[in-house]
Amino acid sequence: MTTSTSSGRRGIRLGYRANPVGISALGVIFLWVVVALFAPHMIPHSVGEIVDTDYFGPVSRDLWLGSDYLGRDIFSRILMGARYTLGISLAAVSIACFSGVALGMTAAVAGGWLDTMLSRFLDALNSIPSKLFGLVVVAAVGSSIPALIATLSVIYTPGAYRFARALAVNVNTMDFMVVARIRGEKLPYLIASEILPNILGPVLADLGLRFVFVVLLLSGLSFLGLGVQPPYADWGALVRENIGGLPFAAPAVLFPSLAIASLTISVNLLIDNLPRRIRDRSPE
Amino acid sequence: MRRQISSLVMRRLLIALITLLIVSIAVFSATALLPGDTATILLGQSATPEAVEGLRKAMHLNDPAIIRFLKWIAGIFQGDFGTSYANNVPIANLIHGRLANTMKLAGLTAAIAVPFALTLGITAAMWRGTLYDRIVTVATIGIISVPEFMIATLAVLLFAVYLRWLPALSFTNEIKSFYDLMRTYAMPVMTLTFGVSAQMIRMTRAAVVETLNTPYVEMALLKGASRPRMVLRHALPNALGPIVNAVALSLSYLLGGVIIVETIFNYPGIAKLMVDAVSTRDLPLIQTCAMIFCLGYLALITAADIVAVLSNPRLR
Repeated sequence: MTTSTSSGRRGIRLGYRANPVGISALGVIFLWVVVALFAPHMIPHSVGEIVDTDYFGPVSRDLWLGSDYLGRDIFSRILMGARYTLGISLAAVSIACFSGVALGMTAAVAGGWLDTMLSRFLDALNSIPSKLFGLVVVAAVGSSIPALIATLSVIYTPGAYRFARALAVNVNTMDFMVVARIRGEKLPYLIASEILPNILGPVLADLGLRFVFVVLLLSGLSFLGLGVQPPYADWGALVRENIGGLPFAAPAVLFPSLAIASLTISVNLLIDNLPRRIRDRSPE
Repeated sequence: MRRQISSLVMRRLLIALITLLIVSIAVFSATALLPGDTATILLGQSATPEAVEGLRKAMHLNDPAIIRFLKWIAGIFQGDFGTSYANNVPIANLIHGRLANTMKLAGLTAAIAVPFALTLGITAAMWRGTLYDRIVTVATIGIISVPEFMIATLAVLLFAVYLRWLPALSFTNEIKSFYDLMRTYAMPVMTLTFGVSAQMIRMTRAAVVETLNTPYVEMALLKGASRPRMVLRHALPNALGPIVNAVALSLSYLLGGVIIVETIFNYPGIAKLMVDAVSTRDLPLIQTCAMIFCLGYLALITAADIVAVLSNPRLR
């Protein structure tokens, strides 16, 4: 959330009116970020260590969320999994949004054949279902972590492009753009100083929503066994590993899913409860 | 006027065709990116260079990529999808029954999800701002934000583990009665229905709410029409286009859902075939499955576009 302290026109006050749902969603997200950053110092057991003689053990005082299919501590594995799920998704969504928004603004400002070509091509990419796209690319380049990040960011670039272009086209017709053009400003200045500040709010909200899609796709791929590979495990991979515990209603299957749900639902709720001023499509 | 509509529709179809071409290039080049030589992978590490070279020649792997691409496309048009690497069976044979299975699953889901979602979406918009609306909205946000495999695992946990009503796995070859059919399909269809409906409810509700904000609906309110009459008689006919559009778009989410659902329930459909092909790196099979999925997806979104054009007098 961008709270601007620079009191330009009308003196914008610091902060927005607090919305309890939004605040608690932000709290959950913050918690997961802290977990992702400091997981190695927080885990009670080592992730590879077999601490339970039984597999799919129940919730107990020592093993807070039970044990997995090998008798390892699920709580520790979820904490460490946060690093992969959050890290990969955040890296992918940042790359996707950065390139998508940059291309979108360029297309809107430049117009002409560049705009047409880019839009056609990226719309075509957009019409490949994301999960399918993921499957095909993973089949081709494998599922190392850098490859996953690259795949996910390619999949979500067209969406970000479309969104940013639609916003930038509106800004492009404003008077100050005409003035800037007459002044003889070049493309980099136009997109960075004239367009970007006017679409930043909605673009950030869009980044949040896209982050949810990326988390879901990454978890889905890992669940299919095509995402993060052992010995590392993100939350989707944890569900896959322990799917054998489903008939025993093992906590090892449930809690990684709940971790994903808590993150994605929180992000969605946060975006939904953002103040209109940030979220709105039309720039003021 | 009429000609203008048909030219718009033709334009959409043309765009879909171009898109399909770009998609096929993307699918082909993604699979052509594969590091390592296909012939070497097939024959294993210990193959002699002569054997590898022979296989390369037999599979036309030495041809330039563009030739292979054109051959592949030409083959598809003639119904020849190539041969699976993994088990050396013509792909058409592999796909045949599986495609029918997936269509059955998707059709059944659509038959349940569409009426269900439309009812919920329209009524939620009708009683906008009430507790009922809030519950529906929060539930759909919740379902959309959750991965499909979580809905599936929760469904298995609830109905197969705790309540013991349903089997956890699908076995389509052991169906003897209608009751068996119901039991087998219940879980996969339920999981898919949840995801698809959540999308559809959200979009339907948004479409109806948008029409409810128009002056003529306000007029209906002012003249004293009841809420159901206001929505069903005045707003709904005008929201029909966006709603059909929403239905087609949400049905395209089926494609993503089917991949997870078929895997988790071990359902012998085309998505399961494709996931298996990815793990064995069976490229021709992956390409064919991917093209089938993209075709279905494109057909749905093109249909949605065309409906949007036809239903909106301003777009005509």
